[in-house]
Amino acid sequence: MAINWFKYSAPTTFYGLAGKLIPFFAWPAAILFGIGLYIGFFVAPTDAVQSEAYRIMFIHVPASILSMFIYLIMAGYAALGLIFKTRLSAMMASALAPTGALFAVISLWTGALWGKPMWGAWWVWDARLTSELILLFLYLGFIALQASIDDPRRADRASALLAIVGSVNVPIIYYSVQWWNTLHQGSTIKFSGSSMHIAMQQSMFTILAACWLYTIAIALMRVRSIILERESGTQWVKELKEVRV
Amino acid sequence: MNKLSLFGLLGLVIRRDLLLAMRRRADVLTTLVFFVMVVSLFPLGVGPEPDMLRKMASGVLWVAALLASMLSLPRMFSADYLDGTLEQMMLAPQSLTMMVLGKIAAHWMLSGLPLVLIAPVLGLQFDMSAQTLWILVLALLLGTPVLSMIGAIGAALTLGLRGGGVLVSLLVLPLCIPVLIFGAGAVEAVNSGMDAVSNLSLLGAFLLFALVFTPFVAAQALRISME
Repeated sequence: MAINWFKYSAPTTFYGLAGKLIPFFAWPAAILFGIGLYIGFFVAPTDAVQSEAYRIMFIHVPASILSMFIYLIMAGYAALGLIFKTRLSAMMASALAPTGALFAVISLWTGALWGKPMWGAWWVWDARLTSELILLFLYLGFIALQASIDDPRRADRASALLAIVGSVNVPIIYYSVQWWNTLHQGSTIKFSGSSMHIAMQQSMFTILAACWLYTIAIALMRVRSIILERESGTQWVKELKEVRV
Repeated sequence: MNKLSLFGLLGLVIRRDLLLAMRRRADVLTTLVFFVMVVSLFPLGVGPEPDMLRKMASGVLWVAALLASMLSLPRMFSADYLDGTLEQMMLAPQSLTMMVLGKIAAHWMLSGLPLVLIAPVLGLQFDMSAQTLWILVLALLLGTPVLSMIGAIGAALTLGLRGGGVLVSLLVLPLCIPVLIFGAGAVEAVNSGMDAVSNLSLLGAFLLFALVFTPFVAAQALRISME
């Protein structure tokens, strides 16, 4: 039996599939957020050095990780869209951008809240903070470019090219900022022997998983809206139950 | 008609753009005047203490150069786009990448090179030593072409858009940060008694890397914008 791998790369079919998939990501995300936050705030012990303030990292670290991963995934979708000219890939890229920017903002915000008691300053020009800020700028550039081009096809392709150029540049920016200044504490999670308490790890990884699921759910929701917007003139959209009402 | 070699084509595009610019000198001068003005504003803003000025000189000059190059970016393709020359260039059998490289080179000669040449004079205003002035010029010489090259991608992507001028800065400035860091870092290194070679080498590496990829990417961006 031949499987049609590309069946769901058409917006028409993907719209329905995305609608069916959303609950499978949204509910686990909500539950895992609850569990992760509970472990983080009530089970995990107080840190010897950083006392209670360290608990902000349960949100800070997953948000930072996701803000970086989403950019890569976005650039991946953008490249797919540019190479194979699939409309859905470009829609996915633009659906992911606001979530990535949101996580970058959360990461900077929580970082500032953590920095005040720890470093005594809301903002320090340290390598990771700076590169996170630049990452936010890259997201904003992507969103701004997409928003200022009226023709959706040109908007997709132009912002895709920008995302690819950005993703080539991200490591360069990261290392140049790294050499420029380093004050941020090193990574605590290592594959050989972590210095973290087990409950802290549990909480962080649970919230990380929750953030992933949240991202997928929200991206699917957004891509459904984008599909409806772009295809609003077509017959299949007019025949949709939710549109007719 | 005899066949054009790649470098013949490159020379032709550069000569044409320089000639066009010479017919309208005001455009070139405004960028330069902008650069001088921005640099002169800093001592007025932060105070005239020579120690502080010397410390921030390279950073100020670099940021001003970055802003000045942003200012001239929208002009890189817009005139050719409006009068249809760009369309003819894309239809031509010659390599669009090479033509874009030519346009980038001309843009640098008109907006980057004058800044490099006037930078030592402005450096003196900031009480920089002769040694650091040389490093500054060298760093600008290596770095400003990269700004033109990365800028070309942004200029091509925003071709013919409303609010293109601000948008192009929004897209290009974050990508230029490494150049700024190592460009200003070269002078900083000399000031703190270290060698500037590593910074200058990295700038040179950026230049070569950008030289290989950006003309091609900018040409692709033009194709997307012109469709």
